[in-house]
Amino acid sequence: MDLLDILLQTGFWVAAFRIATPLVFGTLGELLCERAGVLNLGIEGIMTAGAMTGWLAVHMGADLWTGVALAAFTGLLLGSLHGVLTIPLGLSQHVAGIGITLLATSTTYFAYRVILPDATSPPRIAPFPPVDWPWLKAVPGIGPVLAGQTALTFLAFALVPVLVWLLYRTPLGLAVRTVGENPIAAEAQGLHVHALRMGAVLAGSALMGVGGAFLTLSAFNAFFFEMVNGRGWICIALVVFGGWNPAKALLGALLFGAFDAFQVRLQQAVGGAIPYQVFLMLPYLLSIVALVLVSRRASYPQALMRPFIRGRR
Amino acid sequence: MIEPSGGDAREGGASPLLRLEGVTKRFGALLANDAVDLDLAQGEILGLLGENGAGKTTLMNILFGHYAADSGRILVADRRGRLRPLPGGSPGRALAAGVGMVHQHFALAANLSVIESVTLGTEPLFRPWQGRRDARRRLRTLVDETGLDVPLDAAIGALSVGERQRVEILKALYRGARVLVLDEPTAVLTPQQAERLADTLRGLASRGLGVVFISHKLDEVLALCDRVVVLRHGQKVREAAADRVTKAELAEAMVDRPVQAPTRLRGQPGAVVVEMSAVRVGAAPGREPLDDVRLSVLEGEIFGVAGIAGNGQRSLAAVLSGTLVPDSGQIRLRGVAWPKGGPLNLTRAGVGRVPEDRHAEGVVGAMTVWENAAIETVRLRASQRLGLLRRRHLIDDAERLVRLHDVRCRGVDVPASELSGGNMQKLILARVLDREPRFLLAAQPTRGLDIGAVAEIHRRLLEARARGAGILLLTEDLDELLQLADRIAVIHRGRLSRPLAREAATLRRLGLMMTGQVADAA
Repeated sequence: MDLLDILLQTGFWVAAFRIATPLVFGTLGELLCERAGVLNLGIEGIMTAGAMTGWLAVHMGADLWTGVALAAFTGLLLGSLHGVLTIPLGLSQHVAGIGITLLATSTTYFAYRVILPDATSPPRIAPFPPVDWPWLKAVPGIGPVLAGQTALTFLAFALVPVLVWLLYRTPLGLAVRTVGENPIAAEAQGLHVHALRMGAVLAGSALMGVGGAFLTLSAFNAFFFEMVNGRGWICIALVVFGGWNPAKALLGALLFGAFDAFQVRLQQAVGGAIPYQVFLMLPYLLSIVALVLVSRRASYPQALMRPFIRGRR
Repeated sequence: MIEPSGGDAREGGASPLLRLEGVTKRFGALLANDAVDLDLAQGEILGLLGENGAGKTTLMNILFGHYAADSGRILVADRRGRLRPLPGGSPGRALAAGVGMVHQHFALAANLSVIESVTLGTEPLFRPWQGRRDARRRLRTLVDETGLDVPLDAAIGALSVGERQRVEILKALYRGARVLVLDEPTAVLTPQQAERLADTLRGLASRGLGVVFISHKLDEVLALCDRVVVLRHGQKVREAAADRVTKAELAEAMVDRPVQAPTRLRGQPGAVVVEMSAVRVGAAPGREPLDDVRLSVLEGEIFGVAGIAGNGQRSLAAVLSGTLVPDSGQIRLRGVAWPKGGPLNLTRAGVGRVPEDRHAEGVVGAMTVWENAAIETVRLRASQRLGLLRRRHLIDDAERLVRLHDVRCRGVDVPASELSGGNMQKLILARVLDREPRFLLAAQPTRGLDIGAVAEIHRRLLEARARGAGILLLTEDLDELLQLADRIAVIHRGRLSRPLAREAATLRRLGLMMTGQVADAA
């Protein structure tokens, strides 16, 4: 079996893009928070909560985009809790973030059980279908790969240039980058450091919620416990991997998606000779290697994890 | 002249630009500003003098809105010259009222470009583009008018300290500041750069700007300012026209107690204590490189190193503190190889160290005074019995040190964070000098201390020198260097010049060497 053959299969690349999509949402969200100087370790829990609320809304009869909007709103709510704890109150961003993850995850599971006490197998919904654009399929090479994706994937990839533009081309982005680097510089120019940080955390957390909803509304068609399965933590690593730059972070997400899609096919190709856990481990192992190689040169936002309290000496 | 109708603004009766009335600010038990009144006229340069901790920066931070005053009012003239109250607590409102500030620790973000730093906050936030072309044109005009030359597209992180300061001034002027506050602007400059800044400020004042110039250096204040206000313990204690007051009077007003400068006896340098040859440290993020550093410090001398911050002083200190291993080169301590294996072995070999940042590296604030006194020697056998600390012995020792070196504290079992900066430094010096080191590294030993503490530290250093210790003194304060050092070398971009004899070193010459305009002393 030629391993390189896998790389030429359309199905492999469709899977790689699909796996990358929730990571792109989560990574962009985390990146926005960190650029403003706030580490958001609540991401894992926020993605879980987003996955559940988005799915639940659709299960109860809402349409798919309403589900996405509700997932974003759930992210916003949890983000506001993280924001209040870490920005005006200036508490430890690590502790608050991990607390949010624990709270959001357990509340989500609890709510699922309370709302659906009788469900033995997870109820299914009709998820986002792949886009139906015949002209796209006709594009050689990438066409069939993209045509296998859903609208949410296109949204995720479209958000990358939007965020690049926002951060580097608009007054708002300039202000956000400044509060993450030196909040005093922002304050001395008359900007409201707390408002900017809060805005970034809210918007970033909303994106995380959408990332979670992709899992239940597009990648799968139901909500399972443990379904986020560490993707939030991967996003945090991808932000570092991308050097806090959205375009490079996108590249990292695709790379991870490709690793993950590759190991699944490798399992099938190699069969039972090697325990399958080794293959599951592969993308994480490669991520660690990539992270070590790249992040040695990373220059992180200088005010990351530093609370800003006005008028303190 | 921009406003010919205004006449000479420096004459008495010029229109008032700024008035502070009874500004009071407390930080907990500390009264930082006590009912301070202040006036500033158009075209006037006002010197705000005082020791560290006298309340100068606090007062100006209140004016600029970083802090809110507990009581008192601020009035700023509007464009028609009428005084209007400025609601405090917001830099945005201060900027809008025409107040600009150049912070001592520049309020700049290293990842932005110059033009981004200047335009930050001047445009509506929610606009999908930045109005760069217009901003660039206005900024160019401003640069041409004022001579504040900086590359507009360079990243702040790549600029020199002098250039960053110019960006800070441009930021204020771009906002249309009519009152410009500069907090210790010359602390980071060479004498030549300070003169250039003074020229710039005179030019701005002649165009009608009011300038508040914060400093604790009397000479430059008297040379530049029209009027001087002295703060002490948060109160205004003296106000005078600069040409009607003497340096001695101002010094007396700043300090309420007589300070005796230590006498410096002629030195008797002996054998070489520390010799560095061809020491190199490569550049790395957050590390200043050293390039082919050679120096020899003799017994019984103070070897001074001058330089603008960031030119390699930190790495030099780190190498001699045992916290950084150079990439290449040799260091010898009294003829034998420099002790390896970290700081403890240095302490054993008779090397004493006074670190640059006493809060971060000198003491552990949460630990007690006696623990901090013993911190360098706890691993020595004399401090232990059966692997446990000899507490009683260490506490007694700390009490002796505190008495001997006049460290003011409530007792040796209070946390070291309770100590004032001066007493903290005395404690560090006490524990170092008590071991009678043959070599002493003193990095910025008097930074941020009041005049009394400075004199005390200087006296201790001169005593150690008289005892025969070789002292390497790293400082940015050229006056201190000229006062204490026997020989002075200048560090610039990681290279150390050959040393100048004390007699040959002048402020002017050192200043030129610090900016690399004169390559070497020879």
